Amino acid sequence: MAITLKRWDRQALGAALLVAPLAIFVAVTFVAPLATMLVRSVYQPAVAEALPETLAALAEWDGGSLPDEETFRIAGAEFVALNERRALGSVATRVNRLESGMRSTLLGTARSLAAETPSASWREAMIAADADWGAIESWLAIRRAGEVITPRYYLNALDLDRGGAGEIVVQPEDRRIYVSLLLRTLAISIAITGICLLLAYPVAWLLAHARPRRAGLLLLLVLVPFWTSLLVRTTSWIVLLQNQGVINDLLVTLGILAEQQRLALIYNMTGTIIAMVHVLLPFMILPLYSIMRAIPERHMQAAASLGASHWQALRRVYWPQSLPGVAAGSLLVFILSIGYYITPALVGGRTGQLISSMIAYHMEQSLNWGLAAALGGILLLLVGTLFFIYDRLVGVDRMRLGG
Amino acid sequence: MSAAASHNHSRLRGWLHRGFCAAVLFFLVAPVLVVIPLSFNAEPYFTFTEGMLRLEADAWSLRWYQNVLGEGRWLPALGKSLLIGSGAALIATTLGTLAAIGLSSPALPGRGAVMALLISPMVTPIIITAAGMSFFYSDLGLGQTYTALILAHAVLGAPFVVISVGASLSGYNHDLNRAAANLGADWWTTLRRVQLPLIAPGVFTGALFAFAASFDEVVVVLFIGGPDQRTIPREMWSGIREQISPEILAVATFLIAFALLLLAAVNWLRQRDYAGAS
Amino acid sequence: MPARKIHSTWQSCRWLGLGLWLLGASAAAQTLTLVSYGGSYGRSVERAWVEPFMAETGIEVRMEDYNGGLAQIRAQVETGNVFWDVVDLTTPDAVRACDEGLLEFVMLADLPAADGTPASEDFLPDSRSECSGGGLVSATIVAFNNQQFPDAPPSRLEDFFDLERFPGRRGMRRVPIANLEFALLADGVPINEVYATLDTDAGIARAFAKLDTIKDEIVFWEAGAQPPQMLADEEVVMTTAYNGRIFNAQVLENQPFTIIWDGQLQETSGPGIVLGTPRLEIARRFIEFMSRPESLAAISKYISYSPTRYSANAMVDSHRETGIAMGPHMPSAPANMKRALISDWLWWADNGDEMNERFAVWLSR
Repeated sequence: MAITLKRWDRQALGAALLVAPLAIFVAVTFVAPLATMLVRSVYQPAVAEALPETLAALAEWDGGSLPDEETFRIAGAEFVALNERRALGSVATRVNRLESGMRSTLLGTARSLAAETPSASWREAMIAADADWGAIESWLAIRRAGEVITPRYYLNALDLDRGGAGEIVVQPEDRRIYVSLLLRTLAISIAITGICLLLAYPVAWLLAHARPRRAGLLLLLVLVPFWTSLLVRTTSWIVLLQNQGVINDLLVTLGILAEQQRLALIYNMTGTIIAMVHVLLPFMILPLYSIMRAIPERHMQAAASLGASHWQALRRVYWPQSLPGVAAGSLLVFILSIGYYITPALVGGRTGQLISSMIAYHMEQSLNWGLAAALGGILLLLVGTLFFIYDRLVGVDRMRLGG
Repeated sequence: MSAAASHNHSRLRGWLHRGFCAAVLFFLVAPVLVVIPLSFNAEPYFTFTEGMLRLEADAWSLRWYQNVLGEGRWLPALGKSLLIGSGAALIATTLGTLAAIGLSSPALPGRGAVMALLISPMVTPIIITAAGMSFFYSDLGLGQTYTALILAHAVLGAPFVVISVGASLSGYNHDLNRAAANLGADWWTTLRRVQLPLIAPGVFTGALFAFAASFDEVVVVLFIGGPDQRTIPREMWSGIREQISPEILAVATFLIAFALLLLAAVNWLRQRDYAGAS
Repeated sequence: MPARKIHSTWQSCRWLGLGLWLLGASAAAQTLTLVSYGGSYGRSVERAWVEPFMAETGIEVRMEDYNGGLAQIRAQVETGNVFWDVVDLTTPDAVRACDEGLLEFVMLADLPAADGTPASEDFLPDSRSECSGGGLVSATIVAFNNQQFPDAPPSRLEDFFDLERFPGRRGMRRVPIANLEFALLADGVPINEVYATLDTDAGIARAFAKLDTIKDEIVFWEAGAQPPQMLADEEVVMTTAYNGRIFNAQVLENQPFTIIWDGQLQETSGPGIVLGTPRLEIARRFIEFMSRPESLAAISKYISYSPTRYSANAMVDSHRETGIAMGPHMPSAPANMKRALISDWLWWADNGDEMNERFAVWLSR
């Protein structure tokens, strides 16, 4: 007994040692970057580090009336000093996200204060330089931009914000986009999963119950797009679907459409759905195929000989047995589609964008990295939950590549 | 219902079913193949010209292929893609194979959780991975370096190796390990001389998958690559976004040929795997 | 056999290491990265500035393309990872980047005109920020394909928004700049009140409401090379575009395009140096080289953009390949200036971020 236990321990240790290098590698090069992103979604120290004295003074301030002369003086001097180091611009950009117009207010005031240091009241000098300093909102914005740990980005990612008193309010109508985009992403992903299932089920059946040689050949047809570069497939869809593309040309040549009636098949939601179904279909066919292969065809025959119609046999006998494949394929396709980026970005145009494109927009264009990180965090939570369900229901070790 | 009618019925159903499947398979394959003839278009259009359809010789040309080879953009990109892809595949294959062997042991505690961790890079949306990596590597001062890209692509490719080697190992008879141990082989010798040769097809398949994943990856390249790291997918991306020129179709044709080659290799390896397992 | 395999793996590791080292070494050599807008303009920059500069100094220049905006520069400066050296910027971008501490200051004091006029008096007013060198005048215009409108072609900016008389899809740059101005002009706002109107919430709402009227027919472009391509492919019937790109498509590719010189937005641009570049010295040499009047004039041999220096304007001559006199094709030609809107870079420097955000929201709806 003692000997077997020891041997078992040694085997476990050996196995753990083999797994460890990759586990550590994944932890460092994958988990750590995701953790960095999640930290960024709540931790933003840049403004606090740039304006320590102003924020210390504002911490004492009641927020109900204008700050006192001393606060004005500290703030004004700090703005000037920062601007001399050319570091005020990035602070101003951050404050401007909370209160539009603060960018020019901060930079303009710093410039005029540097040109002429106020001899008497800083408060009057600053309000004279820019009337915005007479508004409480400007100071509230600076104080809020100085929060090091903030739930702001998660609130913004859910179309919420905090009001002056710190209460949670819904964003004004012209700034609300993320919730509806998230819902749209979910709806589109469900639609894509449904279409894939509808197209894949009969094909997987054919593959599973064909003679081996023929099945092998048909499987190759499924695998060709699976192996082909995603960018190549996207290019193909552009070539096929665009206004002057192959499909529209064909329809016009055949006289089905007039020259003016060419269909808008790409750079919209239609394009996104068509191209994504094409990309994700193999991920549905392959799990279905591997489950269906194990369902003996004679079950269907037995049901038929007992008097069941084809559809009854299909529904009552075959479908239940194929459910594990349906679950595996659907979950996989759904997980892959809610985070999809490349295809919508290239063929989605204005209306065919999913939530991922907003993450890319804030990463690359607006540089609102906190918001990008918060949107990423929400998406990650969603995918993580689904992946957990997949693991429980299907098991990650059942994942196969190409049959 | 008479037997004949029901027979007719089921034949009709069979034809409908096969017709439907043919349509779906056509939908899968035709879009991939359509770019091949179009890449020989003599005109800068993305559709078949009348001349092409009438098979006139001067409607077809190799000009886009000449451009691809002549312009100093695609060949360096190919070199960069190959460098990153082989580096990433090497790391992913080494670490992934070891991990898969470890995971195949029933003795490993917390096996399910470890497996989920190792597979997670494959299912995490690439935009999130890329965003996280761009923060991470620029904090480390490794932004815009080959090192960062190779490490990133290695971790994205490793799940493919784990899965593919794992599939090979599922047909592996663990009695062989015991037999080797009884013959006096130590653990390392058993791994090297018994286990690895038998799962070699799975290892190579995994390596091909990892390489292909890197060779086609663009989002991480966009987010953490600099001007030095303009790989083929990166060039394709900006080509598609900005000025889709028939040159892209020529490159696409090359990539399709490459994909078919990989597919053939994987297919061949799988047959060897079955042969080895039986 | 396994031992050999491990050995060969080790070998390939070493080759990989060597490869990485070599690549690192080549990147460390002094190569200037110049970022510009690509396409036919990029080729003009290459021939008018880059090639002569390399010939004069022996410094290698690598060209990168971008589509305007400050995002990449901000990202590089904020992460301290600067790999762009000189960037071709529109004036509002240059002013904003200069304010935000993203660019090195550029002094042109020691760059007088040939007749001795000091540089400070040689530049068009408001054409340069403290951080940019000599630049070019360009215009965002509306252009169309003649084949689409054989009988009654569009002639005014308003026609871009008139779906009834001129049906079909329109190309538009995926940014608010120029589009908001066009919307207001087409909605009847007088040319000298455009920016005052945009300064109010109601004015911005009015601009977006006007854009809404054609929203479903818009195809967005990002790179300057796209609009001529979209017109040629008949993907759109009309598009906003940079005048030089359309000119080059007309003269170099014989495309049947027409520029509507009405209500166009006239802009200036100039190159800046990204703050903190390790290649500051050669970046300054490049700015100095291309800010010379003769360099600025040289680019007008390849594309219809005129210099922002008076002394350089006098040297503008004819198109290198076709011999066409360039004067009448310039945005600054009097015949083209009958109803031109001069871009208010100060307004855009102040409001650019907010407008970008509102535009993104508008797009996603």
